[in-house]
Amino acid sequence: MTAMPSEDFEAAYESLAMAIDSAGPEREALLLTRLALVLGHQLGDIAVFKSAIRTALEGVAE
Amino acid sequence: MRPAGKGPLDSLYFHYPHFPARHVPELDGSAVRYPVVIVGAGPIGMTASLVLARYGIRSVLLDRKDTFNDGSRALCVARPSMHILERIGAVKPFLDKALGWRFGRSYYRGEQIFRLEMPHPPGEKYLPMYNLQQQYIEQYLHDAVAACGLVDMRWQSELTGIECGNDGVSLNIASPAGDYRLDADYVLAADGARSPVRTQLGLRMKGENYEGKYVIADIRMDHDFPTERRAFFEPSGNPGGTVLIHKQPENIWRVDYQLREGESEEAALLEENIRARVGAILGDIGHTKPWELEWWSIYSANTLCLDDYRHGRVFFIGDAAHIVPIFGVRGLNNGLADADNLGWKLAAVLHGEADEKLLDSYSPERRGATLDVFANATKSTRFMTPPTRGWRLAREAALSLSLKHEFPRGLANPRQMQPYTYSESPLTPWPMRDAEFAGGPASGSFPPNARLADGHFLLDRAGDGLTAILFCDGSPGDEQAALLARLGQLDRRFVALPVALQGSAPTAGAIPDTDGEIARLFGAQPHTFYLLRPDLHIAGRWKALVADEILETARLCLGRATS
Ligand SMILES: Cc1cc2nc3c(=O)[nH]c(=O)nc-3n(C[C@H](O)[C@H](O)[C@H](O)COP(=O)(O)OP(=O)(O)OC[C@H]3O[C@@H](n4cnc5c(N)ncnc54)[C@H](O)[C@@H]3O)c2cc1C
Repeated sequence: MTAMPSEDFEAAYESLAMAIDSAGPEREALLLTRLALVLGHQLGDIAVFKSAIRTALEGVAE
Repeated sequence: MRPAGKGPLDSLYFHYPHFPARHVPELDGSAVRYPVVIVGAGPIGMTASLVLARYGIRSVLLDRKDTFNDGSRALCVARPSMHILERIGAVKPFLDKALGWRFGRSYYRGEQIFRLEMPHPPGEKYLPMYNLQQQYIEQYLHDAVAACGLVDMRWQSELTGIECGNDGVSLNIASPAGDYRLDADYVLAADGARSPVRTQLGLRMKGENYEGKYVIADIRMDHDFPTERRAFFEPSGNPGGTVLIHKQPENIWRVDYQLREGESEEAALLEENIRARVGAILGDIGHTKPWELEWWSIYSANTLCLDDYRHGRVFFIGDAAHIVPIFGVRGLNNGLADADNLGWKLAAVLHGEADEKLLDSYSPERRGATLDVFANATKSTRFMTPPTRGWRLAREAALSLSLKHEFPRGLANPRQMQPYTYSESPLTPWPMRDAEFAGGPASGSFPPNARLADGHFLLDRAGDGLTAILFCDGSPGDEQAALLARLGQLDRRFVALPVALQGSAPTAGAIPDTDGEIARLFGAQPHTFYLLRPDLHIAGRWKALVADEILETARLCLGRATS
């Protein structure tokens, strides 16, 4: 798997921020969960998906 | 529970018989020792008595009640259970009355997101599922019990004490006709989820309780919809809770609905609240005509079981051994398989044909099946009643995506009951032979069925003992014939089913495989050999004949010493 070029990654970051805002505080959790399921399915690799969850969870979970 | 003004047995459609307590010989001082006493005449205890009777074993069957179950409870009978009912001679009324089905639908906020289609290969004799109220299940089993002549059925007879010795068990029985003592070689505890036998022996089930509560309501209505399982996630008629709808005979419909988090159980069970909720759900599915309330109850999912289903000479079967979530319809079906599994083994031991050791395989096989049910049921229970915010959010994300996308839809699959594979059992010593096959049923599994040229089915021909299905050119070769003769010497009930491969000329007694379908189903070539146990599970399979291994497997299943 290749990482995104930094310009594209910046665009990804911006789209995500705007999507969270357009979902609104009530629905942002649902949006992010849906996003994760869609990406996870497209990724097609459970090990990579789980490791991404670990990375995201670091410093967030109590 | 029933509507105000009705007694516990005032059903809209079912007439409850009343069974008196009998004056039994023990009350006059008789002290006979019985080979088997079965405590509890629910569906599982009655089935166990019939499996034993099939082998000529007498039993005493006790129940403290004076009639059948007061409400519908279990309603889905799965295909493997139909085979069990067939072999105990009770399947006919089930087929006449039950509603067979194989499809289902799941909806999210009113839109269909999943179409359940249970496989129904053309060679199968029974549909994947049949709906029938538990009272009928019990009535039909009881009719068979009454007709068979080998079961001493004693209603209104409550077990009040049990004492286990090394070579027998003694029971204290209380009945309106008097109290007495019963002695037995073996006791089957089929006394249900709250099993007094279990409590008296100081045994405890272990496992999990799930939070989500469901109300189960049976109603009568004229409602035009086929027999399918319908699951509604986030329906407007029951906001925040899942709904399940099943059709039953006699225009009775089962409506299960999940209570909202924190909702009071007491309030939910009030008749007026049941009527309001069911009414809203019916409005949701477009039923505007009148309906009547028959019976309701409350339910929460548990995965609990005993560490060992055997305690010396006491065997636990059915809900007494395990409590499984109803999602996936395993409560009843799993118990019927217990009764079948134990029945043939115990019969062989009581006939003096098998060593007691054979009974050691009961608990690992059936507890293994329960753990497998737990694994599946835990998944479906978490989907049906998400326990935490994380599970709820993940489910909402998956369900809402399902409206437009295919990939998450499988998560709404109810994972209906599948028969368990005894591949790790002591009675399945050669599972490694599976590696030689490119297809066909694995060792330990329940075999596929096939329709024969004469209109019957392959498994109709199986015997009460071991059965061999062997594939040959026209007729068994010398080596095959010699092995069959030896198996016949080992097991007086042995039945050989030679299948003449496509293109060969079948000799008398061989089953022609005209279109090659049987060989295809079993992944067979000439000399392929399947050995089936009395419960039809595959004890072993060999691509080519390996006489020593086949004979050893047969001896293990028959409880004989292996050399
Ligand atoms: C509300 C409800 C809904 C359910 N829905 C489903 C479903 O949809 N699908 C499904 O598969 N399963 C369902 N089940 C589970 C299913 O009903 C059970 O799995 C099934 O009844 C188990 O049968 P059993 O014979 O082991 O126990 P039971 O049916 O409980 O029978 C036990 C018998 O033992 C007798 N007994 C108890 N103690 C004594 C004693 N001391 N002496 C003599 N007799 C005694 C009792 O009177 C009873 O007749 C449901 C259960 C409940 C409670």
